[in-house]
Amino acid sequence: MALLEIKNLHARIGDTDILHGINLTINRGEVHAIMGPNGSGKSTLSYVLSGRNGYEITEGDILLDGESLLEMEADERARAGMFLAFQYPVELPGVGGMAFLRAAVNARLREQGEDEVDQLGFVKLVRAKATELGIKDDMLKRAVNVGFSGGEKKRYEILQMALLNPSIAILDETDSGLDVDALKIVSEGVNSQRGPEIGMVVITHYQRLLSHIVPDFVHILSAGKIIKTGDKSLALDVEENGYTDLMENANVA
Amino acid sequence: MVATTETIAAVEDATGSYKYGFVTDIETEKAPKGLNEDVIRFISAKKDEPEWMLEWRLKAYRYWQKMPTPNWAKLNIAPIDYQDIYFYAAPKSAEGPKSLDEVDPELLRTYEKLGIPLNEQKMLAGVAVDAVFDSVSVATTFREELSKVGVIFCPISEAIREYPDLVRRYMGSVVPVSDNYFSALNCAVFTDGSFVYIPKGVRCPMELSTYFRINEQNTGQFERTLIIAEDSSYVSYLEGCTAPQRDENQLHAAVVELVTMDDAEIKYSTVQNWYPGDETGKGGIYNFVTKRGACRGDRSKISWTQVETGSAITWKYPSCVLSGKDSVGEFYSVAVTNGAQQADTGTKMIHLGQGSRSTIISKGISAGKSQNTYRGLVEMNKGAEGARNFTQCDSLLVGDQCGAHTVPYIVSRNPSAKIEHEATTSRISEDQLFYCLQRGMTEEDAVSLIVNGFCKEVMKELPMEFAVEAQKLIGISLEGSVG
Repeated sequence: MALLEIKNLHARIGDTDILHGINLTINRGEVHAIMGPNGSGKSTLSYVLSGRNGYEITEGDILLDGESLLEMEADERARAGMFLAFQYPVELPGVGGMAFLRAAVNARLREQGEDEVDQLGFVKLVRAKATELGIKDDMLKRAVNVGFSGGEKKRYEILQMALLNPSIAILDETDSGLDVDALKIVSEGVNSQRGPEIGMVVITHYQRLLSHIVPDFVHILSAGKIIKTGDKSLALDVEENGYTDLMENANVA
Repeated sequence: MVATTETIAAVEDATGSYKYGFVTDIETEKAPKGLNEDVIRFISAKKDEPEWMLEWRLKAYRYWQKMPTPNWAKLNIAPIDYQDIYFYAAPKSAEGPKSLDEVDPELLRTYEKLGIPLNEQKMLAGVAVDAVFDSVSVATTFREELSKVGVIFCPISEAIREYPDLVRRYMGSVVPVSDNYFSALNCAVFTDGSFVYIPKGVRCPMELSTYFRINEQNTGQFERTLIIAEDSSYVSYLEGCTAPQRDENQLHAAVVELVTMDDAEIKYSTVQNWYPGDETGKGGIYNFVTKRGACRGDRSKISWTQVETGSAITWKYPSCVLSGKDSVGEFYSVAVTNGAQQADTGTKMIHLGQGSRSTIISKGISAGKSQNTYRGLVEMNKGAEGARNFTQCDSLLVGDQCGAHTVPYIVSRNPSAKIEHEATTSRISEDQLFYCLQRGMTEEDAVSLIVNGFCKEVMKELPMEFAVEAQKLIGISLEGSVG
């Protein structure tokens, strides 16, 4: 069975239709890249999948492991295994990093009917994963995302992904605001989590991320529709020729 | 996202099952309803008080009768019929019990339900408990251990009999009889409370704690607490309250007086969880409290920390009069209002001494249809050469039907004094909520996490065991507030 199935998905914000019938099937172990120009509906897609308030699905369905997500709230989808790495991670003043991470992990464990993690074991686990991502101890002691640099915020997202062990991870423009070195560290973090059990959706504007996180499929999103699907070479194509040609061809077709 | 029906169900859950809303059935001995000089004589006689105490009460009563009800606070209070209230109710018992074995088992069960560490837990927690049930202290523990180092910790009524010199010297010296309407009322009818005396150079070996509990229907609860810390002494005092659910409004007008001498320090912490009433505020506690500390000695310090989550009405301004040279006053406060609750709370820092310093950190959280006001005075007087104050007032709004108000009063009569005031008002953003939800937390867990983060600077001032309880309480208080 497919891990995530997006079927003829139409969605709107207020009176504005944004997604116009998206079809996409993601199997376990696959990495799908979604590329597209600004305003094509990339971020909307990530929010609609993760169940954010304010988006209305007018047609179609989203299935995770064969179960429709449409009636599930954002937190229920998260506990069912969906993870969104935010383009702009949110600051939570005063909320300690460890407390936040533990609340998230425990919510997931409770859902699975497992025991909550004990504090000591958890701290060890977090430290080990953090070290792999080059996250300093001091950062874990600070309030969530408060005073973090752009690169730190993104690494912190990937740390959360590593701890929560999702079945489907959506990475929303994880490369934005990263310099070359930070991009490399974050990509390595993501690659280390690739495996036969997890599906990934990598949303990006640029090809450069995809030379670090090499996708199995590349989809071009334009005006709320997938207009072309290919392998990693499609991304290189876009890099060379831009989106304009593709969009014009799509219109002709 | 959360349907309206769900919200209503959650609110009903939260209000319908008020965790501590039960009533203990114990025979009580009451004074007749209403207030007059005979009732005051009855109370004084019940307490076996000396003549001077009765005179003091009567003087206060006569003052009170002439005073107008204060109406400057941002509170909407239904008129209180003082003739419809019992001013004295005591568990029926001929003599005070000498040990826990003599305490009514029904009462002990109530304490257990409340999770009060009076039995085995008291040893583990290392907390001496002077539990107030209605109007008479029924159990006092650890007194012997305390008396070894010369610390006196007893019900105030006992102190009036046993230590009249100390009581006469200090009672009313911080909050005078004529101070305000509710303190004058308290002077006339107070029934119990704690007395603490820490002798010179003694660091109190344990945290002292009083749990308050209103139980008898229609009983006004009038506590009176007096804490004196002599030169170079230290004490940490904890006060926590829960009250059973009741239909009528319950009046609470307490007075707390603190005195610190040279190099002495008192840390006074409160977690207040009186019954807040139903969704319209009906049945909730009216809480009119006068708390004031006098830093009389040089380099002395008084620190107030409060977490206020309960009561239909809160009217409370724990203050410091900083007359000692280089004395220090602190006020750390979290006030949570939900439903129809109204809180008008803050502090007064009166700087008289040279080099005196004060810090005010106030965190107000409003949800539901509640109104939450910070009202604070910082006063630098002529002698307060080089005095400093720092005030930070933050308000957090949950939902769009509540109100947060900040009313700072600043008076400076000394040009060398420095006063800083910072204030912010924010809302729990949709971005923050979604971020937490996407990590799998429920909406209520997310709100609790964000709010506790917002209050962190105050929570870290609480003693450990109180902090854990307070954190939970804040979560419970905001149940059903999002949606």
